[in-house]
Amino acid sequence: MSGFLAGLCVAVLPLLAAGFWLGRRTSRPSSLGGLGTPVEHATFETLHTASLAAPPLRAGLTGETARRSARRLRTLLGTDALCLTDQDTVLAWEGVGEHHRDQIMERLGGPLETGRGEAFRLDCDEPYCPLRWAVVAPLTVDDRVHGALVACAPRESAVLVRATGEVARWVSVQLELADLDQSRTRLIEAEIKALRAQISPHFIFNSLAVIASFVRTDPERARELLLEFADFTRYSFRRHGDFTTLADELHAIDHYLALVRARFGDRLSVTLQIAPEVLPVTLPFLCLQPLVENAVKHGLEGGGGKVDKSRITITAQDAGAEALVVIEDDGPGMDPDRLRRILSGEVSPSGGIGLSNVDDRLRQVYGDDYGLVIETALGAGMKITARLPKYQPGVHSAGRLPRE
Amino acid sequence: MNENYAVPAVALVVVATVFVGAFGLRISRTTSDFYVASRTVGPRLNAAAISGEYLSAASFLGIAGLVLVQGPDMLWYPVGYTAGYLVLLLFVAAPLRRSGAYTLPDFAEARLASQAVRRLAGAFVVGVGWLYLLPQLQGAGLTLNVLTGASKPLGGIIVAVVVVATVAAGGMRSITFVQAFQYWLKLTALLVPALFLVLAWQGDGAPDRPFDEPATFREHRVVRIDAGLDLKLGRPLSVTATGTVDGERYEDERVRLPAGVHRIEQGTRLSFTKGDPVPVADRGSNGGMSTSLAAGREERPLYATYGLILATFLGTMGLPHVVVRFYTSPHGVAARRTTVAVLGLIGAFYLLPPVYGALGRLYAPELTLTGDADAAVLLLPDRVIGGLGGDLLGALVAGGAFAAFLSTASGLTMAVAGVLTQDVLPSRGVRHFRLGTVLAMIVPLAASSIVGGLPVADAVGLAFAVSASSFCPLLVLGIWWHRLTPPGAAAGMIVGGGSALLAVAATMAGFPGTGSLHALLAWPALWSVPLGFLTMVLVSLATPGRVPVGTAAILARFHLPEELAGGQVRAEVKA
Repeated sequence: MSGFLAGLCVAVLPLLAAGFWLGRRTSRPSSLGGLGTPVEHATFETLHTASLAAPPLRAGLTGETARRSARRLRTLLGTDALCLTDQDTVLAWEGVGEHHRDQIMERLGGPLETGRGEAFRLDCDEPYCPLRWAVVAPLTVDDRVHGALVACAPRESAVLVRATGEVARWVSVQLELADLDQSRTRLIEAEIKALRAQISPHFIFNSLAVIASFVRTDPERARELLLEFADFTRYSFRRHGDFTTLADELHAIDHYLALVRARFGDRLSVTLQIAPEVLPVTLPFLCLQPLVENAVKHGLEGGGGKVDKSRITITAQDAGAEALVVIEDDGPGMDPDRLRRILSGEVSPSGGIGLSNVDDRLRQVYGDDYGLVIETALGAGMKITARLPKYQPGVHSAGRLPRE
Repeated sequence: MNENYAVPAVALVVVATVFVGAFGLRISRTTSDFYVASRTVGPRLNAAAISGEYLSAASFLGIAGLVLVQGPDMLWYPVGYTAGYLVLLLFVAAPLRRSGAYTLPDFAEARLASQAVRRLAGAFVVGVGWLYLLPQLQGAGLTLNVLTGASKPLGGIIVAVVVVATVAAGGMRSITFVQAFQYWLKLTALLVPALFLVLAWQGDGAPDRPFDEPATFREHRVVRIDAGLDLKLGRPLSVTATGTVDGERYEDERVRLPAGVHRIEQGTRLSFTKGDPVPVADRGSNGGMSTSLAAGREERPLYATYGLILATFLGTMGLPHVVVRFYTSPHGVAARRTTVAVLGLIGAFYLLPPVYGALGRLYAPELTLTGDADAAVLLLPDRVIGGLGGDLLGALVAGGAFAAFLSTASGLTMAVAGVLTQDVLPSRGVRHFRLGTVLAMIVPLAASSIVGGLPVADAVGLAFAVSASSFCPLLVLGIWWHRLTPPGAAAGMIVGGGSALLAVAATMAGFPGTGSLHALLAWPALWSVPLGFLTMVLVSLATPGRVPVGTAAILARFHLPEELAGGQVRAEVKA
């Protein structure tokens, strides 16, 4: 009996889940129906359809995004057929009468050239084809024509011409936003390049000076340091891939710390707790080294007066589907307001660009939930926490086998 | 069994687990040890961890119990549990690691770029995880019941509370060390008593052929029947009974039972004398489910065996707690090496439970009557060796059994809670992970109190069947077939995995008790796995336009060694 009960539970659970899902799917229109007059209702419907069509277009105009948005756009216009084209091909055809593809493409030369919309009659041999008229509205981004929106209908209609024009303008705005996204990505890429360039001068001069000081007194040490220096610069200047593994990044940090310790000697002590489980985690290239560099600077040089001793703790923990990296120093700390201004880009003091760049890149790659968390106050040191998901679509390192 | 030793042993295992988990990493390291600190988890350590997480109550208790009751046919269980890793090694391990996926839903998303397939895979992870957690909790209940006489749900509750507390508090930070420690603990806990048992067996004159003839009692023994059952006697037998036999009350009286079927009511005590043959419980008629699968096996032995083989061979790759461990390997080659080491480690482990099963047949044959055959491993040291030595060895075995519940249950809970937090609960965060942990544990805990005594190994077999029918097609086709589409993958998982899940539910509900339909439902893998594959292939072929963009690049990354793949990226940048 109890067994039967259990089986019943197991069988009923998927049904409940399916019912829940169906209920959520179907409840939306009726909940909208309760909102105001029919006119308002229609407005909501239209806005809702438009908002559904927007996300795919935000990735730019490609075959895939066109296919996904065309269906919503046709609902929006209420036509028999709708197609999205780029400069030379039909990207997506939604609705009936796909045999008009080539015919429309032939007629598009003019509108794509001039950037002005037009309506024309479609010739068709099939007796039952409902498409007799086509309305073309170009899609423009920054005054350049990227493609066209074509709506096909049984008869000529001024309303349709007007509506198609408006929808095309709305799509154009989405495409402009996509363009903006791309610019932002390019900006961040440029910043990474700048960061690579930024590492060099200060650090290279100091390192070389330290190595030089050892050349006579301790040639063996000087040789080791030179090798560390070579390894670190090779890593920072490598050309391929935006991502690396935590193991590689920590190796680079190790080389960096070896050079820094040679310079500061006993004044700097570093403690590490690294969970071996998180070493294969993939993360944006040169994402933690700037944080460590920041901790070293803050611990030893920050706050005007020189600090005698500084202690830096680096921990990497395994936390379910994420890795938790914490970098802590016991330096003079920083005023939280000032830090906030640095992170929002209002002021850019020396060294600050590293922090805000790392924060930007983490948000860019993993989403806004994964920005840096910084805890600090004047005289209380600084603790920087970065959360790195173990898996994120599109994030994979051009990994290499570790040296045996 | 003397609980004075067993209870501290169990407590020690729990404390050691929590301690290693929480503090294994707290030993601070200075910079000179940087290279030690940043050395990745080696194949051997990772393999021990995988084995530790994998060897569950089914392996530790269940196999011995099944061998005891049903004989050497059941050796297919350890063979299947081990061989699953061979399939994993050949087809999945390295590409899965190279995909960069942490969980199975991650893999679905990485390969098919579809949120819908990701959610579906997440749902199946939760389903398989719950099905697999269920026997762990039941096993814990049984163990504690045998050790201390506590009520059966108590052990499950203790394991659930310990696991939820440590996982939710983030106490499983150094989980690799915990699991590797658990593996060696489990191996020791079976190996040492097994050596003593074999010695004792030899001292006893090494009686052999335990499975050839009907088992006989080797000494005077009193058996208490916990659940009413029908006894089938081949020839007349005299027993001393206290309780109800065939509807009549007896009070410590000698009863002569003629050949045939006799009804023994719950709570009856039967005393057998030395040399009596062990009566056989008549299966299929005792109302419970503990023997329902066995009935199917008896009717269609060949079909049942092949169903078992297919489920265990192909189901291993879809176990959520095993898959996440491959992420710890630094690269694809290491993942393969790890799998080879796992084959060695669990192969060595699985030599031991059949020994207990065979010895149990000789020294504790009455377990076939009471339905507690899974307890054979726990009872044998006391039964065969006795005295202080037997108590200590029994305590060791009990500790090992608890290690088995804790390690598998914590691994599964983390995997299920991870999926619940990421794909089901609304927003992410630590608090939600805790909620997910509780949710991951409370459902199987509730179910374990409803579902009665399905043998532990059989219940695990059902989880394997669902995993084999849903994730095996997804992984194998996803890695080796470039025309797989998101609709195809979704349809295959729903049809294959869903039908297996329904079959499992029907079996657990005891519907229908006998017949070939029952055999089909009790061993679904043989039809549900091909069904899943077929659906996935056909639907994918029917939707050729939905092959994700970039499939070729993704498959290249799965199959090329990391160094080559890196070179490819470099070439792209130059071009």
